[in-house]
Amino acid sequence: MPRLHELTVGMQIPSRAHTPTNVSLFLYNAAIWNPHRIHYDEIYTTTVEGHPGIVIDGPLQGDWLTQVVLDWLGEDGRLVEFEYSNRRASYLGQTLTAVGQVAAVDPGAGTATLDIALTDADGQVLTPGRAVVQFERRG
Amino acid sequence: MEHASAQALITPEIRAWIGRQEPIGPLEVTRREIVKYALATEQRNPGYLRGDEAPPMFLYGLMFPLVPLDRLGPDGLARRSLLPELPLKRVMAGGTRTRYHRPVRPGDVLVGTLTLADLYAKDGASGPLIFVVYDLHIETADGAPVIDETQTRIAR
Repeated sequence: MPRLHELTVGMQIPSRAHTPTNVSLFLYNAAIWNPHRIHYDEIYTTTVEGHPGIVIDGPLQGDWLTQVVLDWLGEDGRLVEFEYSNRRASYLGQTLTAVGQVAAVDPGAGTATLDIALTDADGQVLTPGRAVVQFERRG
Repeated sequence: MEHASAQALITPEIRAWIGRQEPIGPLEVTRREIVKYALATEQRNPGYLRGDEAPPMFLYGLMFPLVPLDRLGPDGLARRSLLPELPLKRVMAGGTRTRYHRPVRPGDVLVGTLTLADLYAKDGASGPLIFVVYDLHIETADGAPVIDETQTRIAR
């Protein structure tokens, strides 16, 4: 579990890789009730919407970015602000890795800001983001 | 950044939609719904996997209207009530910015307001893009703020 006073700008947090499957994308879209065919109908997706393959949901990538922060943070704090931007589409078959590093520390407010991103196998950023976490007042 | 060519896509009729609002809810949150979301997103936090508390992005599903299947379009999506007819048809999620005030738990009854906050066009590398920006405010039925979020969707 991290402690606010131990954080330094540039410190990396543990990364996590995700390789979605047809089944995981189906269940995610069922859970949020998203019927958009680009997430399960490959013929439609490639011929009508012109994508090279089944599209990995942008907000699912956002969720993975919240997880890389929260799994690092544990019980020591909470997420107070989060933003992400889907810059490049990604497709079924790709492995996306969530990475993050400490961007700023505010001991007075008890907060830290992290720069986070989902990257592809080449390390190219697909979905950059930023999170602000509030630490419990104990150190 | 903004060019007259793309900007011309935003007609006065489309621009008139900016500021329109619609109410959300009341929505009753169930543990089973949270667990489904937690499993599908590969959560590791035991509290999320038990459904004691919802992961931060659980509420994204609120954006999808529950309508009869014969009201779904050829792309599978329901026509949003808070969206004018646009000259560009392929719509994808662009990102969100959220402030979290209070966790969501089973049994919560949530209400809120969705506002069409902005509509603008830009020339992208592969053609014009229309950005549709929504502000989402969610609170509990007794008035405790839950999230304030700005969502961007991109039509191309």
